[in-house]
Amino acid sequence: MSSPLAPTRPTRISLAVRDSSTMLRRNLLHARRYPSLTLNLLLTPVMLLLLFVYIFGDAMSAGLGGGANRSDYIAYLVPGLLLMTIGSTTIGTAVSVSTDMTEGIIARFRTMAIHRGSVLIGHVIGSVLQCVMSVVLVGAVAVAIGFRSTGATPLEWIAAFGLITLFALALTWIAVGMGLVSPSAEAASNNAMPLIFLPLISSTFVPLHSMPGWFQPIAEYQPFTPAIETLRGLLLGTPIGHNGWLAVAWCVGLAILGYFWSASKFNSDPK
Amino acid sequence: MTDLAIAANGLCKSYGDKTVLDGIDLAVPEGTIFSLLGPNGAGKTTAVKILSTLIRADAGDLRVGGHDLATDAQAVRAAIGVTGQFSAVDNLITGEENMLLMADLHHLSRREGRQVTAELLERFDLTEAAKKPASTYSGGMKRRLDIAMTLVGSPRIIFLDEPTTGLDPRSRHTMWQIIRDLVTGDGVTVFLTTQYLDEADELAHRIAVLNDGRIAAEGTAEELKRIVPGGHVRLRFTDPAAYQSATSALREASRDDESLALQIPSDGSQRELRSILDWLDSAGVEADELTVHTPDLDDVFFALTGSTQSTEALR
Repeated sequence: MSSPLAPTRPTRISLAVRDSSTMLRRNLLHARRYPSLTLNLLLTPVMLLLLFVYIFGDAMSAGLGGGANRSDYIAYLVPGLLLMTIGSTTIGTAVSVSTDMTEGIIARFRTMAIHRGSVLIGHVIGSVLQCVMSVVLVGAVAVAIGFRSTGATPLEWIAAFGLITLFALALTWIAVGMGLVSPSAEAASNNAMPLIFLPLISSTFVPLHSMPGWFQPIAEYQPFTPAIETLRGLLLGTPIGHNGWLAVAWCVGLAILGYFWSASKFNSDPK
Repeated sequence: MTDLAIAANGLCKSYGDKTVLDGIDLAVPEGTIFSLLGPNGAGKTTAVKILSTLIRADAGDLRVGGHDLATDAQAVRAAIGVTGQFSAVDNLITGEENMLLMADLHHLSRREGRQVTAELLERFDLTEAAKKPASTYSGGMKRRLDIAMTLVGSPRIIFLDEPTTGLDPRSRHTMWQIIRDLVTGDGVTVFLTTQYLDEADELAHRIAVLNDGRIAAEGTAEELKRIVPGGHVRLRFTDPAAYQSATSALREASRDDESLALQIPSDGSQRELRSILDWLDSAGVEADELTVHTPDLDDVFFALTGSTQSTEALR
């Protein structure tokens, strides 16, 4: 029992960075030891991709109009599915946060002289990294079945990557809040359903103008559609219009909302 | 007053209109084992949660390790280690990884972390299981890992909330030895809660009996035992008819109809025993079992907590 605490009291920032990276390592270790949860969540977007391309592909491409064929539909479908992958991955985040909170180890962390937010920051960074990895994996499947971007410049690729990361950050903070208010893993998984349900009622599968008129505004202004239209624009050169700003506003808004929600839940006294 | 590891004055906590702790005072000198004893729901765990900074008190002047809980919780955290009632280990990773995680959070260097981890795993007989996931550990092993993790930061004050609940007798004795060694070897202060009277008797320098959110009594085990009147001789019958005739013959004895037993006050001396036996013979009472009961913490406990359950039932 040789060593007391570090001789010099570290500054707040360095404490935060150090403890958060320790917590991140812990979460990545979990993900590496138990990859099945992450991989199961990847199954949904991959299955939908194959289903809509190979089974419904002909009917769906007809819906795009203008004599579009199946490969046109792949191009149309992939940006939405990439963002759906993020929604799906963050369900895992809600579940793992909720599971974590029911474990005694969190009580231990709360009684240690560590940076208080590091537990959540570790989860958030871990989740964003997992989202990006998942998007890359689903993207690889998409490329394998014939998806190609049309003339995206390096700058557009960087912007696309930035959008994916920002979107992942926003949904992650919301998922963390959902995980914190859920009493069990099952409840967390149910509460996080909107994260996978919303992309179904967005412009992922069919264009907005093909939906009933009363429903179009709902589909148009929910968080997924602007992000999907923006990503589509960046990768395929379709017009982005006001969707770029709308997407960024949604992301920033959701991230801030999720952050304050999570922080207040985490800082209130545990039962 | 300077060498108190834990000092609480007027500690209060309620949830809604349910008062859990109703103004309790505690004083635990450094380097001692203090036991908070009480039945389930007495508020023991709440007291530990408050003193270990997990939840906030409603009122009270509370100092742990010389730091004010209300204003300097982070300094308190740096001085304490907590092993709660439910194991505070990360079940998804190995025992060794749990230890290294603690080392990282205490900002030990990589080399120091490995060294402390190896030492503690060895000390708590976990070296062989070090590379296995904590979820595969037995209850006793998990509890040992839990305490080992608590010790990584070399805390001066250790809170143990019901450290032996649910352990088999052998693991329980191992845990007792671990707790004794902490105080004699490392000189730490231990604040222990338990619902087992023998555990408090065995380990604690001082004991406080918590009942219904208040301290019903406080002192050494010996002092507490002096609170209750002397022991008794207990006569147990298997035949209800024999029990009935004995109760009418021995009107002075207190009855326990449920277990067919009678209790006659006695100090347990040879002389008194002989006179009781003579008396039983002359009254024609033939008990199936006779036991001499000297006062122990059970008596104190039941006298103070006002429980009507028989002592046997709780053992």
